[in-house]
Amino acid sequence: MSMIERPYYSDYSSAPIQHQFSPYADNGGSVVAIAGDDFAVIAADTRLSAGFSIYTREQNKLFPLSDGTILGCAGCWCDTLTLTRILKSRMQMYQHEHNKTMSTTACAQMLSTLLYYKRFFPYYISNVMVGFDTEGKGCVYSYDPIGHCEKTNYKAGGSAGALLQPLLDNQIAHTNLDKVPKEPLTLEKALALLKDVFISAAERDIYTGDKVLINIITKDGIKEEAFDLRKD
Amino acid sequence: MASILCPDVPSPGFGFENCRRNALLENKGLAFPKAQKTGTTIVGITFKDGVILGADTRATEDTTVADKNSEKIHYLAPNMYCCGAGTAADTEMTTQMISSQLELHKLNTNRIARVCTANMMLKQYLFRYQGYIGAALILGGVDTEGSHLYMIYPHGSSDKLPYVTMGSGSLAAIAVFESRWRKDMDEEEGKQLVRDAIAAGIFNDLGSGSNVDLCIIKKGEVDYRRTYEEANKKGIKQGNYKYPKGATNILSTKVVEVEDVMVTRIEPERMDTA
Repeated sequence: MSMIERPYYSDYSSAPIQHQFSPYADNGGSVVAIAGDDFAVIAADTRLSAGFSIYTREQNKLFPLSDGTILGCAGCWCDTLTLTRILKSRMQMYQHEHNKTMSTTACAQMLSTLLYYKRFFPYYISNVMVGFDTEGKGCVYSYDPIGHCEKTNYKAGGSAGALLQPLLDNQIAHTNLDKVPKEPLTLEKALALLKDVFISAAERDIYTGDKVLINIITKDGIKEEAFDLRKD
Repeated sequence: MASILCPDVPSPGFGFENCRRNALLENKGLAFPKAQKTGTTIVGITFKDGVILGADTRATEDTTVADKNSEKIHYLAPNMYCCGAGTAADTEMTTQMISSQLELHKLNTNRIARVCTANMMLKQYLFRYQGYIGAALILGGVDTEGSHLYMIYPHGSSDKLPYVTMGSGSLAAIAVFESRWRKDMDEEEGKQLVRDAIAAGIFNDLGSGSNVDLCIIKKGEVDYRRTYEEANKKGIKQGNYKYPKGATNILSTKVVEVEDVMVTRIEPERMDTA
């Protein structure tokens, strides 16, 4: 009696399945930032969750690095805690060494370096940073988890990022729209849009809801605002 | 003999011809897509005069909300309703099929179908498919024997209990029942308890959300309360999102003159329902 010949498919090797510990958690949350000529706003929802349960309904995800720079984080919360702790100490070291506060552009570069340093065991965070650039205009820096940095005027990140970014493209950049006057974005329009996109995100993304915390940076400093979302 | 001109009549029911192949490929390490499951809170209680069923109205696809007002309390018979959790298509089709079988059963026997009959039909059907039909059900109704409440698992086991919850929000909901359910509650108390149990699921379970649906079944009387309570109000828009006229890019325009138009009126005929 001969053995039945089986075809060999290299793609489907019968290697034993390896079970391993996953060091990451996805705690959800969304961050949206919009910058104008004389302002920059950043907002994040306050829901912290895992799987199908809510850890807390009031977790601030915005971190002021200085009087003119704010970082928003969504993703793995334990990575956020570690990264922001390191950033805070680096801000202090810079202050003591150079006797001045780090500029937003310098903060943006430092964050990129810190993220890439962990290239093969990354911080699992969507980072969005706002402040003023070297010309004194509002700016937004957005990052991927391993340190790629992009300077823009608006960005949506976190669990509802993919839902909101096209809406911002349409409403702020007016992509694919004809005959829409190109007016400079006002703070009032930016705040209304910010609240509206979070209302929409809470409708469709289960990880976004409860409340939005908004930080507004102008020449006068940082102002805080809150806005309620649906809680289901 | 089957040919292209005269193909075989396909056998009724599900097709299983790929199962062995798929099992082999999965053993070899191929990852298959998972079927869409819906997170849900569904509950039921018995009270003095009958049963009350309750459900939330959120249907999800992974982490996005697919349906904000989905109907999860399904009709089975005039005296029976059934809440469904799990794979949306399975709960819908299973209840529809059993509903039609119950109607035939009623016409054959000339009697109101009993709840235990529906329970048997559902569990035997689900057991036949060994859990692959992902329907977790709460069956409630009133018949000649009184009021009955069953929970049926996707694998085909069932429980007859005075108060039950199922779905991803079942833990939040059962906590409410365990602390507040009593025997022989009146209707208002019962409705409030079911509302609170569903609300616990809506607010504490991310797979459940939107509104509360209720269905109160008493002897010879059903009160189906679709959107009994809108547990979550949508936020109010701050901005104005009207586009100015001409915002859409027109790439080319072509005008075709229409001439010699003839209008014919066709009188509709009534469908033959004899």
